[in-house]
Amino acid sequence: MSARRLLAWAILIAAVLFFALPLIGMFEFSLRARRGTWSLDAYANVLKDPQFLGTLAYSAVLSVVTIVLGILIVVPTAFWVRLKFRRFRPVVEFITVLPLVIPPIVIVFGYLRLYNTSSWLPLTGSTTGTDLLLSLGYVTLSLPYMYRAIDNGLGAFDLKALTEAAQSLGAGWGRILYRVILPNVLVAVLSGAFITFAIVIGEYVFAALMNRPAFGPYMVWTGSNKAYEPAALAVVAFGLTWGAMGLLQLAATLSTTGLSKTRLSKTRRTR
Amino acid sequence: MADITETSLLPENRKQPRRAALDWLGLVPFMAFAVLFLLYPTAHIVIGAFRATDGGLTLDYMAGLFTPNIIKAFTLSLEVSLLTAGLGLALGLALALAVVRGGLPGFIRSALLTFSGVASQFAGVPLAFAFIATLGRLGFVTVLLKAIGIDLYGAGFNLITLSGLVLVYLYFQIPLMVLIITPAIDGLRTDWAEAAESLGATTAYYWRRVALPVLWPSLAGSFALLFANAFGAVATAMALTGSSLSLMPILLFAQIRGDVLNSQQLGYAIACLMIAVTGIANLLYIVLRARADRWTK
Repeated sequence: MSARRLLAWAILIAAVLFFALPLIGMFEFSLRARRGTWSLDAYANVLKDPQFLGTLAYSAVLSVVTIVLGILIVVPTAFWVRLKFRRFRPVVEFITVLPLVIPPIVIVFGYLRLYNTSSWLPLTGSTTGTDLLLSLGYVTLSLPYMYRAIDNGLGAFDLKALTEAAQSLGAGWGRILYRVILPNVLVAVLSGAFITFAIVIGEYVFAALMNRPAFGPYMVWTGSNKAYEPAALAVVAFGLTWGAMGLLQLAATLSTTGLSKTRLSKTRRTR
Repeated sequence: MADITETSLLPENRKQPRRAALDWLGLVPFMAFAVLFLLYPTAHIVIGAFRATDGGLTLDYMAGLFTPNIIKAFTLSLEVSLLTAGLGLALGLALALAVVRGGLPGFIRSALLTFSGVASQFAGVPLAFAFIATLGRLGFVTVLLKAIGIDLYGAGFNLITLSGLVLVYLYFQIPLMVLIITPAIDGLRTDWAEAAESLGATTAYYWRRVALPVLWPSLAGSFALLFANAFGAVATAMALTGSSLSLMPILLFAQIRGDVLNSQQLGYAIACLMIAVTGIANLLYIVLRARADRWTK
């Protein structure tokens, strides 16, 4: 028994080393820009580069657009499927996990062939069109997570009863979705939003192949042109994505522990 | 997923047919989105791999895959995916067993699962940078080891090789393994081990005759999923190696960007092959998981 415990500790310590060392190494490396001493020079250089803020802002805006589009597509669909098409649910679920099965590079390849300037829907012909296509591509990439989060959220309360109650009080579908359903799945929507943000902010393949100035391609460019700045960028990217994922875990914990309470107050608050 | 009984109790769609037809309208936005930005683009690529310039059916492009550089990229991808899936499986299983069954303090379990949830998602460019900063020629660990007399690069190690790439991939493969195998380990009931022991079985015998037969569908399924996960990854490898390691997805990336193979259809064929590989691996995962679920009920 104690030999087993010893082995367990040894495995754990090895794992902690393997997972912690790259993070420590990255951080230490990012402080090395000035010779002989630790400094924040690499971060200062990064901040001075207008491209850094430009690409980061671009990706942040894109992630917000992606989140909004994702919510608009997923919430009504998941609601409608649970309310009216329960038998259709496996089909919708199957479609939503497909982005995990089909390699993303194949999906974007399809976009570039289908929506180029000579096609019936020439999205890549203009920057706005390309941005929209990129955003819709990110909706696709985050679909498995977004759909599962929101569908679980919808399963946590009596959707039929609430809908019928709202209907009998004279609410239309839009009002039901916005005032009754959305407040009840807010935590789920939030967790979907965080993971979407984490996906979009560092994504490389879609943005690079569509030639858009996003943060991912900027990181790769820095990686092949600078020495210490890439490590600083990696620290920033880790901070942003792990922060978002941490908030996601928090949202998940809140949604399981505070569910009964919030459900009551939320339904009561639908004035 | 588990509410089939609930469904059958609900009187649904017993309205006038016209109303039911209107109900379908609610699914139109989603279906339109899925068709335009997921199904149709994928189908376009797959069909493109089999359509001759005159519109007929052809296998020429798929046959064109049998050229040396594509075969090389494919075997390299297979190698990376098999290695990282195998190692990820073994190490992830060891870690999960240590934490779930090793008598470690309870908080470690939830810490590990939270960490795994984050790390398994987090591949890509920053991960590659973190490893370059740690095990590159001037990396943190490289320099540290050199100071105590161990010269990694002198001994032939190089991060920008197949083994380096495998090491980097393990950073997300092990956590993914931990995430999917932990529920299966939880499903191994302690009374089975106790029953085996009271009947005189050694630990090894218990593992061979009880635990492994129960776990194997989960293990095989995890292997398939880890394999697919590694096979489709691009960004990590590109940021780590530039294009010095010609993996299948990296070759496709170069093809999309600059038509390096001088044949658009060959690009379709590569993409089609990739879908086939990840599709089969995922299918195996689904089938095996359904088998594994028999024990957890």
